[in-house]
Amino acid sequence: MDWLKILIDAGRAAVGVPAAAYALSSIGLNLQFGYTGLLNFGHVAFMLVGAYGMAITADAGAPLWLGIPVGIAAAAVLGLLLGIPTLRLRADYLAIVTIAAGEILRLLARSSFAEPLTNGVFGIQAFAGAFYDINPIPDGQYGIGRFRFDERTLWVMLVAWTLVVLAALLIRRLTRSPWGRVIRAIREDEDAARSLGKNVFSYKLQSLVIGGAVGATAGMVLAINQQNVAPDDWLPLLTFYSFTIVIIGGPGRLWGPVVGSVIFWFLFVLLDGFMNGAVAQGWFGDLLTSTDVGPIRFALLGVALMLLMIFRPQGIFGSREEMLIDVR
Amino acid sequence: MTARARFLAAAAAGVLLALFAAGPAAAQAGGESIRGTLEVIDGRDRTPVEGAAVVVSTTDGTEIGRDESDAAGDWEVPVPGPGTYRVELDTDTLPEGVALTDPDRRVLPEVQAREGRATPVRFALGPGVTSDTGTWDRVSGLVLIGLKFGAIIALSAIGLSLVFGVTGLVNFAHGDIVTMGAAIAFFFNASTLGPGWHIALAAVPAILLTAAFGGGLELGLWGPLRRRGTSLIAMLVVSIGLSFVIRYLILVVFEGLPRPYLDYVVQREITFLGISTVPKNLWIIGITLVVLGGVGLFLLRTKLGTAMRAVADNPDLAESSGIDVDRVVLVTWVIGAGLAALGGVFFGISEQVQWDMGFKILLLIFAAVILGGLGTAFGAMIGGFTIGVAVEVSTLWLPVEFKTVVALAILIVMLLVRPQGLLGARERIG
Amino acid sequence: MSAEMPPPAGATRADPARIEPVPGVAKPDPILIATDLRRAFGGLKAVDVDRLEVQRGWITSMIGPNGAGKTTLFNVLTGFDKPQEGHWHLNGGALVGIPSFRVARRGMVRTFQLTKSLARLTVVENMLVAAKDQTGEGFFGALLGRWHATERRNEERAMASLEQFGLAHMADQYAGSLSGGQRKLLEMARALMVEPELVMLDEPTAGVNPALTQSLLGHITGLRDRGMSVVFIEHDMDVVQEISDWVVCLSQGRIIAEGPPRVVARNPAVIDAYLGTHHGEEPDG
Repeated sequence: MDWLKILIDAGRAAVGVPAAAYALSSIGLNLQFGYTGLLNFGHVAFMLVGAYGMAITADAGAPLWLGIPVGIAAAAVLGLLLGIPTLRLRADYLAIVTIAAGEILRLLARSSFAEPLTNGVFGIQAFAGAFYDINPIPDGQYGIGRFRFDERTLWVMLVAWTLVVLAALLIRRLTRSPWGRVIRAIREDEDAARSLGKNVFSYKLQSLVIGGAVGATAGMVLAINQQNVAPDDWLPLLTFYSFTIVIIGGPGRLWGPVVGSVIFWFLFVLLDGFMNGAVAQGWFGDLLTSTDVGPIRFALLGVALMLLMIFRPQGIFGSREEMLIDVR
Repeated sequence: MTARARFLAAAAAGVLLALFAAGPAAAQAGGESIRGTLEVIDGRDRTPVEGAAVVVSTTDGTEIGRDESDAAGDWEVPVPGPGTYRVELDTDTLPEGVALTDPDRRVLPEVQAREGRATPVRFALGPGVTSDTGTWDRVSGLVLIGLKFGAIIALSAIGLSLVFGVTGLVNFAHGDIVTMGAAIAFFFNASTLGPGWHIALAAVPAILLTAAFGGGLELGLWGPLRRRGTSLIAMLVVSIGLSFVIRYLILVVFEGLPRPYLDYVVQREITFLGISTVPKNLWIIGITLVVLGGVGLFLLRTKLGTAMRAVADNPDLAESSGIDVDRVVLVTWVIGAGLAALGGVFFGISEQVQWDMGFKILLLIFAAVILGGLGTAFGAMIGGFTIGVAVEVSTLWLPVEFKTVVALAILIVMLLVRPQGLLGARERIG
Repeated sequence: MSAEMPPPAGATRADPARIEPVPGVAKPDPILIATDLRRAFGGLKAVDVDRLEVQRGWITSMIGPNGAGKTTLFNVLTGFDKPQEGHWHLNGGALVGIPSFRVARRGMVRTFQLTKSLARLTVVENMLVAAKDQTGEGFFGALLGRWHATERRNEERAMASLEQFGLAHMADQYAGSLSGGQRKLLEMARALMVEPELVMLDEPTAGVNPALTQSLLGHITGLRDRGMSVVFIEHDMDVVQEISDWVVCLSQGRIIAEGPPRVVARNPAVIDAYLGTHHGEEPDG
């Protein structure tokens, strides 16, 4: 068991592009769920729509940067489509509709019907050239020992984490404003907010759309990193990662999603490395093979999410005072 | 050897080598092909079918190649590269007395050829006659399949709806409970580690164990959480976490490939009321109707059933009239999980068993309960059958991939027009 | 019915004694008029009101045994529930089909029987969220950040109000950490931030200790003195007698009596409706 390698891989994952992308997606989900109390169980749909929006635009010959507003606009439309029928109803209805949307968009992207647009199962490739062309970092490997990244990865990391900071600052501006106060009031008690003259439905819709737009940029980051947008990359698992990250970092806390994402990916890759090593060394005997490691990891993740939600819903960094208050 | 002889020998060797290389189908060339074995499966007998043709085309219909099955029933069509292809069985080339068990599966529109490999594809054949299907036949056939599918959905949906009714929780792990039922039955039926019982017998432990699991969940998880005052939203997130746990644990044990039960896999077609179908469809519909009738009677006529309806209607009022709400909730979970398991077994009989089969129909289950009304068992029944039929009949006009979209569309329309569903109470929807 | 001209606004208030104490009687200057209001739950008629007029500038209390339909009537009037039929108007503006948040914006603000303090907001945040016309509450307003001046003004108004209600020292504490009585005060102070014309209080003294009750009553009469109209649901007959200008009694969804407090208290129908509850004591006078 090469502990050093396992630790280094976990460390690289903690600062790598996926960690940044999920920090972004969790920032969006945090606005919806953490600040407003919306149950978006299909956040992956926004990510998918952002990624495909960008890839389809670039694939059609338009400049890559144009794909960004296209993806964001698509996410906004999706938010409206999902929110308008459901946000006047109980929280569960949004949950149901969003989980359905995630799967349906994935199935649609896969289908032969949508193939002219999405290239079906194989997805769209080689659309991100323009991004790498403007990489200012000189060729080479950067880092210490095995903890190193090449210039392409470093470039994506730089851009991705910058986006994370920008998104966090945007959310900070919003949530510290009177708008944010109304949102928090809605989370506490919708009827009280209405009795004070607030259009609760409109605010919930805004939160859903903005959170979705941020999620779409996360999808775009992943797309650029992989240089490939394929339907089976956008599974419900991704929403699940984001939820776990939001809860680890503390729902409704500004930097929670960022810290949560770093911690999550560190632990996740650590667990992966450990389990693979353990299986290879036969610690589990015949009971587990290497193909089982993935699913077991996800099952453990499910357990972790449940335990967090039951015992520490305010997250690792949630304030004790908030928890002492009797929240219904 | 003279130089000339050596050259000729080398040339001959080269030619022979080339012949060998090109030999077993140009499949060696890029490495990709689609293949299969055509055989009639009758119970546990397998008889190969020779001389039947399979045609492979691109997804927009351009034919790439075809092959006829040999004496062993094997066929193989090389394809230019990895990708999605349309594979069609030319039923005209089937011998007398052999037909597809599911006429819907004559064309497989989206077969994925994997890189460097021969991708297997299965056309399930059985003894029978393929009849010409006119439009009326097609519609009525689809309606029947829709009713079968609807039966599966209805059985699975009742549990979800009732649990919501008595506790207010939408259980996102419900689909995985369906899978659990199917998987446990698989263990007792087709697994090499299990006793190899007939599926009808294997269904019994499947239903009992899953029902017990449902009860265990209520006793060990949901009950304690409710008593501690956990918010509804937190419980919904817990249920999603639970769904991942169950689903991925099933994946570990069951593994990724879909597998059928040993019994009722292929059947001879029969005619029922002028509609051509297979017996298992009729059995599924019939047994489900009987079970649903039993559930209905239970809810309407027995003390416990009436208590369940009372709690679903108004928990506080029910409690103050002396009803033991905790017991009612426990029974609801047990019955709901048991019914879901039966739905899972039927689903497995109808298609195959797969680790995420329940999650795949979860969307349809949601559509069914929202259509019928969250909180009522009768709503779930009506909703289930309606969604099943609507989804199947829609394939007359829409591509097969759009089935789930149809269900979602119905769901959204219901939410806009009548969110409490056909039979639901307006007050509960917020 | 009064045969005189209604008094000019701001001058002497209408005199309750001059109005006939009959259910549904017209008022000289009604701020709220409701007609043919029916709300049923299944077969149960929760609200069955032919006519109700609320006089501007009065404190009107709404009484009746449990389950008489008082809170349901509140919910219907303020847009939190939809009646099967009926019309009602605030200052002449129709309210049928108007969502609750718009009703609040039009000037009719309600509080809740079970206090809804926004627990994880501080006391002062509770007040600020109620303030009207804060451009920062819009998405673009928040983004542009030009809301600070209005915020400061609102904060001053909020603190002044909190002073009056004796809550100023708790301004930065989470509302969830306040006692029950303090939360009632906060909810009332918060409702005032919306600058309503008509304040609908649902059992403002329920669960509040006697000392605090007097303070609350002082605030309620203070509202009237500032020109607002008040309707409040109340079970405590002493409170009703002490501060009401007018009393409306509901039973099984219908208005069975209305009039000045002493008149209603002696009304046999009212006494009948209350028989069996310990609130059925005859008050003095």
